[in-house]
Amino acid sequence: MAAPRRSRIEGYVVEFFVISLLNGISYGLLLFMLSSGLTLIFSMMGVLNFAHASFYMLGAYFAYTVASKIGFWPALILAPLLVAGAGALVERFGLRTVHKYGHVAELLFTFGLAYLIEEGVKLVWGLAAVPYRIPAELDGPLFTVFTSSFPKYRAFMMLVSLGMLVAIYLVLTRTRIGLVIQAALTHPEMVEALGHNVPRVFMMVFGGGAALAGLAGVIGGNAFVTEPSMAAAVGSIVFVVAVVGGMGSLVGAFIASILIGVLQTFAVTIDASLAGLFSSIGLAVTDATPFYSLWKLTVAQVAPVLPYLLLVLMLIFRPRGLMGTRES
Amino acid sequence: MRVETTMEQRRDVVVTGRTVHYKPLNLARWLIWGMTVLVMLVLPLIFTGGFAITLMSQMGIMIIFALSYNMLLGQTGMLSFGHAVYSGLGAFIAVHVLNMIGAGKVWLPVSMLPLVGGVAGAFFGVLFGYVTTKKSGTTFAMITMGIGEMVFASSLMFPEFFGGEGGISTNRVVGDPFLGITFGPGRQVYYLIAAWCLVSMVAMYAWTQTPLGRIANAVRDNPERVEFIGYNTQRVRYLVLILSAFFAGISGALSAINFEIVSAENVSAVRSGGVLLAAFIGGAGVFFGPIIGAVVFMLFAVALSDLTKAWLLYLGLFFVLMVMFVPGGIASLLLMQMPLVAKGKFKQMLPSYGRAAAAGVVLLAAMILTVELVYKVQVDSANGTDMSLFGIGFDAGTPIPWAVAAVLWVAGLLAWRMAAARVRAAWDKVQGEIAGGRA
Repeated sequence: MAAPRRSRIEGYVVEFFVISLLNGISYGLLLFMLSSGLTLIFSMMGVLNFAHASFYMLGAYFAYTVASKIGFWPALILAPLLVAGAGALVERFGLRTVHKYGHVAELLFTFGLAYLIEEGVKLVWGLAAVPYRIPAELDGPLFTVFTSSFPKYRAFMMLVSLGMLVAIYLVLTRTRIGLVIQAALTHPEMVEALGHNVPRVFMMVFGGGAALAGLAGVIGGNAFVTEPSMAAAVGSIVFVVAVVGGMGSLVGAFIASILIGVLQTFAVTIDASLAGLFSSIGLAVTDATPFYSLWKLTVAQVAPVLPYLLLVLMLIFRPRGLMGTRES
Repeated sequence: MRVETTMEQRRDVVVTGRTVHYKPLNLARWLIWGMTVLVMLVLPLIFTGGFAITLMSQMGIMIIFALSYNMLLGQTGMLSFGHAVYSGLGAFIAVHVLNMIGAGKVWLPVSMLPLVGGVAGAFFGVLFGYVTTKKSGTTFAMITMGIGEMVFASSLMFPEFFGGEGGISTNRVVGDPFLGITFGPGRQVYYLIAAWCLVSMVAMYAWTQTPLGRIANAVRDNPERVEFIGYNTQRVRYLVLILSAFFAGISGALSAINFEIVSAENVSAVRSGGVLLAAFIGGAGVFFGPIIGAVVFMLFAVALSDLTKAWLLYLGLFFVLMVMFVPGGIASLLLMQMPLVAKGKFKQMLPSYGRAAAAGVVLLAAMILTVELVYKVQVDSANGTDMSLFGIGFDAGTPIPWAVAAVLWVAGLLAWRMAAARVRAAWDKVQGEIAGGRA
């Protein structure tokens, strides 16, 4: 009797572990799509784009509108392009005007822009969530581990993210424009002197970064919820990723994205608390114990705070981030 | 104070523009502060309505908050996205103390409660500031946002302290009335807020004149040089943040008294963003800028939000335009006129300013009409598309109002371009005359 029960428990553990890990990685890859654009823009222009998550939201809403007219697959291409256009316009007519006042003014501009995009989205698509759904051919489970299933769409998200990852790597290292971008990251004056239009390169990078966020919105909007608060919900996490990974480091952003994605996904499923830990080693924790409200918190309840806690710890013990090369 | 010896230093004196001169009696300063006191005293006697008293109370609270924020942004060059943490946590501590006063556990006059909030704010400043002020610039901005998000997320984790979704409510009418003051009526609360607002304003102004205030300005302008002359910039930032958190806590406690409720919204990113908007719109570079900003912000947030659902859009648009074209805020626009007024040349500018104002009104009308039309059609069309704006009724479903909006846009933009050219020409002429007169 004992042996089957043990294997069943092991089965639960494997099931929980595999599914959570896959979910965590797919969420982490989505975070990386967002943070990679942010990191590229930051390391190139020194601009911390506060409105980056707003482009993610725009991507989701554009995709919703396009998908409801001509279907999901055209939206997968069209929506990021539209967002890229919006990003390029913002750079050309907004950021470039503010550039002369310095980085703080640029940051404030993007901060105001985040307000505007959120309010604009409310104005155009309404206050409530829009019914942006997963296409029928990607709906349903891909495979099942014991009783839990892993949805097809999650796998599709991972595929798109990884495809994009490979694509930006190839563009940055194997193409002429990629080399110009890399050069302009560190030596903009020299690149300009060699006859390249660096402001236009900036515009392209900003548009490209916005497009990456837009693509994340297209595939993230229907996996989660497409609503006006979605930008604010993910925006601060993306900043955490950028700081934890090390400002301006793509590799760092990748590691931090996966780390935070997995961390959050596991945390929300763990229903254990310090009180439980104490009582399992023989210390009874009751209402009368000092700081009882702290001990009784479960890991799942703490999950929303964990990324920020990680940020604070990182800043205390390793201020330049995981892969950062310099302290700001 | 004889420092103007080299070219390099002289340039710096021009940039900061504030060499300290000994003056026996600064009449203008006494006049300005006296006028401020007078206005604060008299306003509730002129506007006696409940709405006006509420609005002015909120303005007073926001003035303290925005000024405390500007100790960071304007005076020390620290862009914070999490300042509501200090005002909000100050408000929570204050509301708990107020409830304890009500239960008879501690004795404290309600009028001294803001001090509790201030000390609580400063305490959290000591705690969080230690982490945040390790960095400056962009990274500081992000860490403050992270801390803000962390506090907001924990507010739902500890319902005993934060009161969960509903928040903590209280009753400010506790203890024995002193000289008949119970803080029951709104006007008494207004005067309490006004008194604290005045004290805080004077204290924060006095702070800008202290050695710490001066070195804070230096940290803002050139941290590297400050390090070279032997100051620890991190320490300066930390001290300024603690002081700023103290005043933020005062404003938080006042809001707890005013609203008699404190909820998680008090520590939210929305609050932090709001105070940033207020301080910047008013003008972060000048001491009195955030005061103007706080008044304008409250007009938007309280008065305009009654009229339209899209008030945040208008506020955001206003903010973005200010960042793009008037980075010094409203205060800088006013200060630009001062030399003209002093030379008696301001009258020459009036015709061109009038044109610009007229063009601005047309553009504003165009924008309001467009936004409200879109709002009606997209969000609010369940009850038909009939709407009214400024007392004029029309149907948003017909093309006529849209055509009117388009015409207003084109006319407004053309008029604005012409007016801007006029203003520039008049400005150059007046500046030339002033410069000519000086030579």
